[in-house]
Amino acid sequence: MKIVETTNAVENLNIENINKSPSGVSIIWREIMRDKLALISLVFLLLVTTLVYGISLFLDLDQIVKIDLFAIHEPPSSDFWLGTDYGGRDVFGQLIIGTRNSLTIGFLVTLMTGLIGVTFGLTAGFFGGHIDNIMMRVLDFFIILPFLMIVIVFVSIVPNYSIISFSLIMTAFLWMGIARLIRSKALQERELDYAQASKTLGTPRWKIMFGQVLPNVSSLIIVTMTLNLAANIGLESGLSFLGFGFPEETPSLGTLLSYARNPQTLENRWWIWMPAAILIFLLMLSVRNVGEALKRATDARQRRG
Amino acid sequence: MWKFIVRRLLIALPQILLLSVLVFLMAQMMPGDALSGLIDPNIDPAAIEAQRERLGLNDPWHIQYVDWITGVVTEGDLGRSFRYKMDVTEIIGQRLVNTFWLSLVTLIFTYLIAIPLGITSGRYNDTFRDQMITGYTYVGFATPLFIFALVALWILGFQFGWFPTGGSVSPGLTPGTFEYFLSRLHHLILPALSMALITTVNTVQYLRSEIIDTKQKDFIITARAKGASESRVYNRHILRNSLLPIAAFFGFEITGLIGGTIFVETIYSYPGMGQLFIESINLRDYSVVIAVVLLLGIASILGALLSDIILSLVDPRIRIK
Repeated sequence: MKIVETTNAVENLNIENINKSPSGVSIIWREIMRDKLALISLVFLLLVTTLVYGISLFLDLDQIVKIDLFAIHEPPSSDFWLGTDYGGRDVFGQLIIGTRNSLTIGFLVTLMTGLIGVTFGLTAGFFGGHIDNIMMRVLDFFIILPFLMIVIVFVSIVPNYSIISFSLIMTAFLWMGIARLIRSKALQERELDYAQASKTLGTPRWKIMFGQVLPNVSSLIIVTMTLNLAANIGLESGLSFLGFGFPEETPSLGTLLSYARNPQTLENRWWIWMPAAILIFLLMLSVRNVGEALKRATDARQRRG
Repeated sequence: MWKFIVRRLLIALPQILLLSVLVFLMAQMMPGDALSGLIDPNIDPAAIEAQRERLGLNDPWHIQYVDWITGVVTEGDLGRSFRYKMDVTEIIGQRLVNTFWLSLVTLIFTYLIAIPLGITSGRYNDTFRDQMITGYTYVGFATPLFIFALVALWILGFQFGWFPTGGSVSPGLTPGTFEYFLSRLHHLILPALSMALITTVNTVQYLRSEIIDTKQKDFIITARAKGASESRVYNRHILRNSLLPIAAFFGFEITGLIGGTIFVETIYSYPGMGQLFIESINLRDYSVVIAVVLLLGIASILGALLSDIILSLVDPRIRIK
């Protein structure tokens, strides 16, 4: 009788004193608030994103990319804040549109690689055995390919080249990193009690995979995709810099940098390429800062908050 | 051990085969073929057609593939460049040497930077020194190589004039002399250093976490308990365990170097494989493009193979079953 009373007391105590475990969103929020660098980065990212998408609604794209032979290589002035390029086009307008295009393709490629990578990784990890073996050999092959060269070749031979085909080509050779990560996580998850129990109860495999394992690896997916976003923005600008990304009529941060391949522009007209370079650097740095804060939030041992 | 090497080879060979099929299919998708560079508009179309038939250009793709790959393997026949009117192998030769030197100097710089920084950062973790080094790796991760190379060229090449802004050697020097060697080195330093400073951050971070991990292991506590001096603990016990995997990674670095040389050679107009690749693709000299992709693709497959084998020698845990 005595014993029962004490347990009751303990239970009452528990209910009163122990809060519910904090939700994922609030952990992430707390982690970002604790890390001033991540907070500044997040604000900066939101600001840049709203600004470029907002301003570009009011900018006349045709006006910006129209060649004006009377205004070639103007230095910065009140008319052209960052001067003009060799076609007399306003660099500042190109910077706004370019940032928007670079961000858009970054998000697009990250989402598509995430989708393919997660599906591939979950399938390989969850089924295991021969399926896993074969899928991993395929993945190994894709990983070993010299990414930059293959993408450049495809970009130059695809007929009717467009933004869509550019992002598809990038996606085709970039899904492996996240797939490998998710696969090794799924291999662990499927051995856990909840997955085994579901299997015993006869839940269909795809339901366990996407309804139960997927939510449990979602934090990993979010962190990886954030870090991938930074990398993809860099890759896009790199490819455009070499001339195998966005065509010049569609400005991006990389096409602005590609003007610096002309030694004259590199040496004497830094206002054309330097802002784009700084912007790419700041964007990648802040996306990474946010990503690192997210990473800490998903791992209780590393949390600061 | 031998079992592992054989198994690893059995993975690498199909990879090379698959790569050659992919490269061949890419070549098929490219406009033009072996004849289009040679064709004179005055030749009768029927004669061209006969020639195409004779060369097997009208065969289905798998037969053409077998013809092509036999030529590549048995005679090293990679076709002719219609821009240079030379055999592709001849053009690639000189460029390959240049890229080899660039990669070698880059690798040397990479390890020269990574090892002291990684050791300092791992040994004195969470001190001011470590925070500086971690800060550098953090920024390095966020900087695309080509932007760093551009800025380095702008500041050190154009503004200060300390380094040449293009080429692989100053004109007018005779090969073999000491001046020639110095000039080549002078042309190499900036491209190699800018590539190394960015790619090394991976190795620094890896070394740092490896050392921090090893520091807390039992055998290190034992070594200390035996009274080994701090420098002996680090130099003999920890480094031996942490440096070997780093040394083995250099095979994996090849894939990264290939991507890096494309940017760096374009920016510094250094006449290597990367620059040849970009030039040829812009001029639609596709036989050169195909040869470069095939060669460098094989190089990165072999690099990974080498690294895996070295790693398995060093660390028996990772041998695949």
